[in-house]
Amino acid sequence: MTLAELLPLIGVPIMVIGFVLRLNPMLVVTGAGIATGLAVGMSPLDLLELIGEKFLDARLLVIFVLVLPIIGLMERHGLRERTRRWIVRFRGASAGRILIAYFIVREIAASIGLPVGGQVSTVRPLLVPMLEGAATAHLGQLSDKSVNRIRAHAAAAENIAQFFGEDIFIAYGAVLLIDAFLRENGIVNVDPLTIGLWGIPPAIAGLVIHSIRLTRLNAALARDADEEAGP
Amino acid sequence: MSPLISIDRIIHAIGFLLALIALITIRDRSNPKRITTALFWALMAGCLIFDRTMVDLWGVRIAHRIVGIVVVLLALVAGLGGVGRGRLISGEAERCAEPRGNILFLPMLAIPIVAVACSLGLKGVSIGGIMLLDKQTSLAALGVAVMVSLALAFWVTRSTVLEAIRESHRLLDALGWAAILPMMLAMLGGIFVAAKTGDSIKLLILMLAPEHQRFVVVALYCAGMAAFTMIMGNAFAAFPVMTAGLALPILVKGMGANPAPLLAMGMYAGYCGTLVTPMAANFNLVPAALLELRDRYGVIRVQVPTATAMFFANFLLMYLLAFSWH
Repeated sequence: MTLAELLPLIGVPIMVIGFVLRLNPMLVVTGAGIATGLAVGMSPLDLLELIGEKFLDARLLVIFVLVLPIIGLMERHGLRERTRRWIVRFRGASAGRILIAYFIVREIAASIGLPVGGQVSTVRPLLVPMLEGAATAHLGQLSDKSVNRIRAHAAAAENIAQFFGEDIFIAYGAVLLIDAFLRENGIVNVDPLTIGLWGIPPAIAGLVIHSIRLTRLNAALARDADEEAGP
Repeated sequence: MSPLISIDRIIHAIGFLLALIALITIRDRSNPKRITTALFWALMAGCLIFDRTMVDLWGVRIAHRIVGIVVVLLALVAGLGGVGRGRLISGEAERCAEPRGNILFLPMLAIPIVAVACSLGLKGVSIGGIMLLDKQTSLAALGVAVMVSLALAFWVTRSTVLEAIRESHRLLDALGWAAILPMMLAMLGGIFVAAKTGDSIKLLILMLAPEHQRFVVVALYCAGMAAFTMIMGNAFAAFPVMTAGLALPILVKGMGANPAPLLAMGMYAGYCGTLVTPMAANFNLVPAALLELRDRYGVIRVQVPTATAMFFANFLLMYLLAFSWH
């Protein structure tokens, strides 16, 4: 490869080094962008213009801010506490089982395009209190380590279920993108529905793999509790 | 005529909310960095509120340059540790209220229900020549759902608007600069596209790809999708590059693979990359901040085993299913 072909890649090592050294991601990302732009010969003004344009193009990514007032108000008036008390009524509900149930519902909902879930509107105000309520009922006061474990698992279940569910839904970005890409490249005999259907085997594989991991969550939480208690 | 609920209006509403939060932040004496934190949110609010105005006044190029300068300022303020948080964090805030009954769940349930109802029922509906919802129906429907849910939240909790803004401030404090990191990463992705970084990656991958070994090419396609997604933070950015560079010419045209399973699973290979990269900040880093995890990469850590197992499962499924009709 020639130097001209390698220079556009300069942002990649900057990102990797920045993340490995745990520098502030806002600085690392901006630095990588500026380095890449200058490396391929953009003028500083053009680069500034590009940065502004692409930043504004992505403005839909802040749309979650819209639900903050609702979540904030409901939390202030005891939504999380209420959720904890509600889940304790179900004796069989453990953190692992709740997460598996959530994963299944979330994946199916995503596959038919229902807008349920979300890190801001579901995981923080509802799912996490349910998991913490159920775990506290079984194991007593949770250690800091357990709380972190539960919360990370809640966010992960939301992400994984969403990713592997929504590829099936034909009106969603992934299927539309694949369909448009095929047409653009002159392959017109593929139906979008077929693309969605081929998403089902990996979706099932994701469900099986992640559920197996989740069945071991309760045991891990119990271990945390034992460690806390000491020998 | 712009629709009643347009994306622009929703974004402006967010801008105004951020501006109000900036005002509250200035007066938050428990935040040791209240001035720079307020500056950060005010800059962000300005970008969202005045984007169209700036374009109308000075034209697209100047407006974008100004936003570019603001982006660099945002990065500097955040990067030099200027975004702090107040003392009032979630755990303590909740204790002061005795939980009411199950009616507390009502505003939360209203969001998905109203969103679905609106996107099905109000799609393409107009009154007096004005469209009700934006062409991006699901986003506009979400906007309506949030308004309905907010009204219900006010009714259920008997709160004031000021309280709602204070609570938003509390949550945004917990997120800090991570709240806009996804936009910064999307910006970087845009620069990569303009710099044709994808073409260079394609060249690198093609140097590795043998033309006739199906197993190796399938493995390279999956690995390339995952790796490129990890760099870009977005499987949709990696997909056209990797598929046009590798999957279509060698696997589909050269070896007669069935494009539907090949490409659907290629996209999944990219998603496995999304699960393990800090570049996908909105999925991986924002939740870690939102849930107040000790470890910024805590969510990624939990996702790595599933993503790894899924990557191999997906690779096997692709290898077995995409060629099964021969």
